[in-house]
Amino acid sequence: MRNPRLWRDILLVAVPVAGLMAVAPFLYGNLLLLFNVTMFLTLAQGLNIIYGFTGYLPFGYVGFFGAGAYGFGVAVTSLHVPPLAALLAAGGTSVVLAVVLTPLLRLSGAYFAIANLAAAQGVYQVVANPDLEWLTRGPYGMTLAVHDPAWSYGAAVLILFGALVGVAVLRHARFGLALQAIKDDPVSAAAAGVPVVRLRTIAWLLSALVAGLAGGAYAWVVGTFYPESVFDLGISIFAVVFTLFGGAATLLGPILGVLILYGLYNTIGITVPQYFQLIYGALIVGLVLFLPQGLVSLLTRRGVRVP
Amino acid sequence: MSPSPVLSVSGLVKRFGNLVALDGITFDLSAGEVLGLVGPNGSGKTTCINVVAGLYAPDAGTVTFDGGPLHGPAHRRARAGINRTFQSPHPFGSLSVRENVAVAAGYGGAGRPVDVGALLASLQLDHVAHRPAHELNSAQQKTLDLARALATSPRLLLVDELAAGLNPAELGAMADRLRALAAGGMALLVVEHLMGFIDRVTDRVVVMNAGREIFGGRMADATQDPEVIRVYLGGTHG
Repeated sequence: MRNPRLWRDILLVAVPVAGLMAVAPFLYGNLLLLFNVTMFLTLAQGLNIIYGFTGYLPFGYVGFFGAGAYGFGVAVTSLHVPPLAALLAAGGTSVVLAVVLTPLLRLSGAYFAIANLAAAQGVYQVVANPDLEWLTRGPYGMTLAVHDPAWSYGAAVLILFGALVGVAVLRHARFGLALQAIKDDPVSAAAAGVPVVRLRTIAWLLSALVAGLAGGAYAWVVGTFYPESVFDLGISIFAVVFTLFGGAATLLGPILGVLILYGLYNTIGITVPQYFQLIYGALIVGLVLFLPQGLVSLLTRRGVRVP
Repeated sequence: MSPSPVLSVSGLVKRFGNLVALDGITFDLSAGEVLGLVGPNGSGKTTCINVVAGLYAPDAGTVTFDGGPLHGPAHRRARAGINRTFQSPHPFGSLSVRENVAVAAGYGGAGRPVDVGALLASLQLDHVAHRPAHELNSAQQKTLDLARALATSPRLLLVDELAAGLNPAELGAMADRLRALAAGGMALLVVEHLMGFIDRVTDRVVVMNAGREIFGGRMADATQDPEVIRVYLGGTHG
């Protein structure tokens, strides 16, 4: 922790962003919207861990989010544990799912993305199965009697802060450098002594942990949720698009992606909803065409070191 | 009396489908010795390096390092003291030159601390240490590839066509570097097509054709061998 760049990233990015989300409820009354911003900031950083640092694009990332929500719900309803402990169960559930899905890392590129998407759909089908009504309430969704806006929102902000610090550490620690080396060339990385499979797996589990904790916080905040809401593919797509839009493998990029695109999503969607999809789609296509490395590449191209 | 070999390759066979890339190759390599693997394209030289480095598993034969059997993936071999350069270097483009070497020093260093700055300076890479590796020219990328391998403190270095694409001045400097490494006790297995470079760097060579050894001995003698001339040199070596 003697790395000055790490401290710079934590103090200039992680602390202000988490701090802003922490005080936002005192300035703006729509707590659910603020929670959604916090949740997508967290998910974008979680996805950043596996995509930005290893190159694996998990289109089924929502599977970990949904597993976390149900891990939280089952822990509360069946095991009767307090919400903070249930959050640990949420993270644990997603990590267990990630362990089960570890063989997917043998695939790469589009094959991995498609297989991961299919796996998330598989988990959704299992959770929504009426035969599991005794545990997950099947297709009828879960209602939790632990509604506590202040604590649940606070927990979500803490999870966001943890994810931001985690990514900052990855950017500057030896482990993160090795992950980027693997992303650039796994054969050369192995020749350099990097245990490629082990490090990829750790990144995969960390990424799943972040999504699981975010899913648990979501379940705590909303109180009532359904399989189709927590396994909604749109959550994956948003997290992917926000990360790519801002710039993966940086701390700042996914934050910019969420603030700009989710901001636009809520602004355009309210003011000119009839043009929403057209404007949103054109913006994303334009960015992919002209700034494939994300918004931050406008700075990195000029030699600016982006956090 | 010759010292016990660092590397012993015995009856090594590697097949790709019906293609026999290595067909019973056998040789020893001692500490401080530079052995050249030469031969026409497709003769199995790089395959041999890939098997020793752990990229391919052999179909038959044995490889021993420091008297013990060699197995496990590439990263374990790097930690055990074996490293390599690549025919086409692939620097970690998103990292700086210094970070490229730091990754290797941190993960492959076999527990021995490596002074990354001193290593970069010794290879004249210190002035580009903080530049992204993808910005380096071809010769600098090859030197970085060597630096990354040396950062793991190898006792056996596998050098795959490191000289290709270098100008005469760079060739001379690279040859001197490799000889200096050998003088320090490192064993080097060098694959190269430039006969002048091989002659200058190696103590002896194994000439390969179609996965088999057709000559073993000094390079000067290889150039007089009728079989080597027929399959490889063709009378135009230089």
